[in-house]
Amino acid sequence: MTMPVRLSLSSLREGRWYEYCVRFVLGGAATVLTGAISNAFGASVGGLFLALPAIFCASATLIEKHEIRRKRESGLSGRRRGQEAAALDAAGAVLGAVGMLAFAVVFRTLIDRSVLGAFVGASLAWIVVSVAAWFVRRNFRFLRRSQNNQGDEVPRRNIS
Amino acid sequence: MNEYVIRFLVGGAVVSAFAVLGDILRPKSFAGLFGAAPSVALATLAIAVVQHGAVYAATQSSTMIVGAVALVFYGVIVCHLLMRARLRALPATALGTAAWILAAFGLWAVGGWHA
Repeated sequence: MTMPVRLSLSSLREGRWYEYCVRFVLGGAATVLTGAISNAFGASVGGLFLALPAIFCASATLIEKHEIRRKRESGLSGRRRGQEAAALDAAGAVLGAVGMLAFAVVFRTLIDRSVLGAFVGASLAWIVVSVAAWFVRRNFRFLRRSQNNQGDEVPRRNIS
Repeated sequence: MNEYVIRFLVGGAVVSAFAVLGDILRPKSFAGLFGAAPSVALATLAIAVVQHGAVYAATQSSTMIVGAVALVFYGVIVCHLLMRARLRALPATALGTAAWILAAFGLWAVGGWHA
């Protein structure tokens, strides 16, 4: 059985230096915005913005650009491929959002007892729930695909 | 002013670290988990604890639960806009962000967190 998750260091070479700057600036700006909103409207409103999808906007756009660039080098438009890659990233973000929900619930539960415990526990909850959700989704998709293939005379092409 | 400079640097560094991690991981759907990593939350809550104390951070984390529920809506909407409406990533994520704001403030108002 192959390892479903792997490292691809070559992906770093596809990135341009200004793309990393954009992410740094967006991340910094989102954190400043959250602080400014908390200072102006209170911690309750500011807390909403802790789950602001600012970073995802940049990531999805960059992933689409990378896929289009790669396809254009092969003489293809790459637009559809770029959209599919960004959509796959969005699907992952949905699962990550479930993990973020777990992060917030665990942080809220533990912060009254221990500050360090709240940060460690919430981070662990995020990674465990996100990864577990990803594996459940992946196995569910395999199961559904194999059931579909059993019902077909002609095997379906794997498009994911 | 100094507070905002620290926020900018800490937020930028934490977000960049998660983004690079997302870049080097495959498959893409798994890497997407890191697009929704609590990077801004980690930086903001750490600064909140140091500046205002644990009670302030507890209030922020209560309403972060609402924001995270809205983030699930956001991901589903962006996925559909890309695959069904065939929008490009930038307009899809911009519309998704508008939907996130509506969902987050709607749930916040309905849930009574504003009281």
